[in-house]
Amino acid sequence: MSHFSKLSPEQFTAIGAEFDGIRNRVRADLGERDANYIRGLVKRQRQLEVGGRIMLMIPPTWPLGVAALSVSKILDNMEIGHNVMHGQYDWMGDPALNSKNFDWDSADTAKNWKQTHNVEHHTYTNVLNRDHDVGYGLLRMSTKQKWEPRFLANVPLTVLLHTFFQHFVAVQNLKIEEVLIYKTKTTAQLKEDFKPVWKKMRKQLAKDYVLYPVLAGPMAPFVFVGNVAANLARNVWACAVIFNGHFPEDVEQFPESVLENETRGHWYVRQLLGSANFSGGRLMHVMSGNLSFQIEHHLFPDLPAHRYAEIAPQVRAICEKYGLPYNTGSFLGQALSTWKRIFKLSLPTRDSGPVRQEPVNSELEPLRMAA
Amino acid sequence: MIANSPSIRLLSTGLRRVLGSRVAAAMAAPHSVDRYLELFDPTWSVHEVRAEVTAVRHQTADSVTLTLRPNANWQGFRAGQFVRLTVEIDGVRRTRCYSPANSVHAGNEHIELTTKAHPTGFVSKFLRDEARPGMIVMLSQADGSFALPDQRPERVLLISGGSGITPVMAMLRTLCDESYTGRITFLHYSNAAKDLIYAAELAAIAARYPNVELLRAFSESEQCGELQGLFQREQLATAVPDYVEATTFLCGPPGMMKAVQKVWAEDGIGERLHLENFTAAAPVIDSANAEGDVRFARSERLAANNGATLLDQAEAAGLRPEAGCRMGICHTCTCRKLSGQVRDTRTGELSDSGDEDIQICVSVPVGTVTLDL
Repeated sequence: MSHFSKLSPEQFTAIGAEFDGIRNRVRADLGERDANYIRGLVKRQRQLEVGGRIMLMIPPTWPLGVAALSVSKILDNMEIGHNVMHGQYDWMGDPALNSKNFDWDSADTAKNWKQTHNVEHHTYTNVLNRDHDVGYGLLRMSTKQKWEPRFLANVPLTVLLHTFFQHFVAVQNLKIEEVLIYKTKTTAQLKEDFKPVWKKMRKQLAKDYVLYPVLAGPMAPFVFVGNVAANLARNVWACAVIFNGHFPEDVEQFPESVLENETRGHWYVRQLLGSANFSGGRLMHVMSGNLSFQIEHHLFPDLPAHRYAEIAPQVRAICEKYGLPYNTGSFLGQALSTWKRIFKLSLPTRDSGPVRQEPVNSELEPLRMAA
Repeated sequence: MIANSPSIRLLSTGLRRVLGSRVAAAMAAPHSVDRYLELFDPTWSVHEVRAEVTAVRHQTADSVTLTLRPNANWQGFRAGQFVRLTVEIDGVRRTRCYSPANSVHAGNEHIELTTKAHPTGFVSKFLRDEARPGMIVMLSQADGSFALPDQRPERVLLISGGSGITPVMAMLRTLCDESYTGRITFLHYSNAAKDLIYAAELAAIAARYPNVELLRAFSESEQCGELQGLFQREQLATAVPDYVEATTFLCGPPGMMKAVQKVWAEDGIGERLHLENFTAAAPVIDSANAEGDVRFARSERLAANNGATLLDQAEAAGLRPEAGCRMGICHTCTCRKLSGQVRDTRTGELSDSGDEDIQICVSVPVGTVTLDL
């Protein structure tokens, strides 16, 4: 029984107005504090990056170098890149912090990511066939996805996805499964789409695995391995944070029919039911790009993320008022729950229905994920 | 980077070559090299012009004169041109156009900007109240066709009003520094003697250079100016009888500019008049007859046309398009119109209805307009 059916149309309208109210209050308050926050963070990230790359060239400081570069890449991708490319700081008018111009230290092009993430994932969060983040075309993440033998590899493929996350994300927009498995896309089209991706990938690979090692001279192997380690640390961490945000067992997923005549209030509630937070201290929040407040992020994707902690109590109060769940837990608890789902769904489940067919339009009820 | 002595200049040139190289770009990719240089000094940049405020003076109650030290990316200006100055106010970048008032011979280490704080002037008020030595601002390269020609004219008439004095001040100072031998008449209009920016320096120049004639006109009574009242043909004919022969440079408030232009047009010597609009005439907004919608395609927003400029309507809709002068001279706000017709607030001219670049700060929609914003 979904929480959707418990609410009346009037309640949806009221919820929409309450969330709009939070958004408008924060928008009106944006100013120097937010500018100083993001600039301070960019500065810290650059210091860690420059420091890290230098320390990697000096054997005694090598471990510190790996740590500094890993943190730098995580900050660049998450609290800075992800959030800036959401347009959270567009209001500042600073071209260097503008979603139109920003690019990140990742193999994925900013343009492709904004399409798969800002448009597909955020508009259609957890809607099967619309939100490609549900399994990345690779995994079975919902009972409503028809089981296929390839999903027996759900668990090892998830490990692989974590390991090479930046490259999987880079090719996400290519929808390779449509070529390999569903045959709805041609190889020629795939090749064409891959061109800009390869251009960015090549630059990133050349920077970390050729240019900096060469600059290090005799220390080249240290720098090479250090860069592998830093990229790996960033990949695993980013992937884990993202999986925690949408795939713990109680998080709902929805059929496409949910989109019909969806109001602002419905959209807010869907975002709420499709996301999960995890708890932690200030450092945990910064390192996860404040995606530890995944619920707040999905309600207000273009508000500066450091504000989520401040508005979380208000969001929680609204949830309590309308009897809606506010899914949160420890990082480990959410991760465990996510892996449980991935493991369960690698095997055939009883209520698995066809997913590549037209959604059943007779019911507006979302489908609950828990097996 | 700031280059003061020859050896530093040489070092700076070499360093700049390294920082501007492809290797440096590949090392910093996907970010710009500037983002790393900023860690060391906020004015360091490979391409951007940034400047430090080195002195702040208040010549009159409502004005502020800033001395800026630009970084080595500054390429200098021609007397009369303007720059776009960007400051950050409460986290938001704001850009306005100002004409440097210094001589072009003062060297590239120094730019002087003077602004008068208008009651509605957000940036000018901020600069008057908040500018302090040490503050960092961003600049564009100099721009604009209002400038002293390289072949200096034989006879120069400089007419200005209010804070429109700055570009002609640059011309006067530049010509004086060049020991220009032709005659210069400096005709300036302001309300009262206490509002005259550069009063002391103008008097000193007039005293020192016999070829410079200073004519101060004050509109308030009992002021000690050479002239009294607003610009009129009779007054001009008496005070500057040879104005027809002079190459004239004009910058001032809209009413005054119009009056001067009329005289020159009537005399058929319009080509001898060079002018700079430093404040736009308030656009005629016809909200009663505004029809259709304004569609912002990229941000997927829709607003009912209220007759204001597209820039104002975009901002009212919560967008923050890049904008500078807000009067149609700097082209910062230029934006793609995908469909619909607009009217130029300056000329009343109607645009094509198709896909084209328009300046949204001086365009009002005529019916439904779609912008790529």
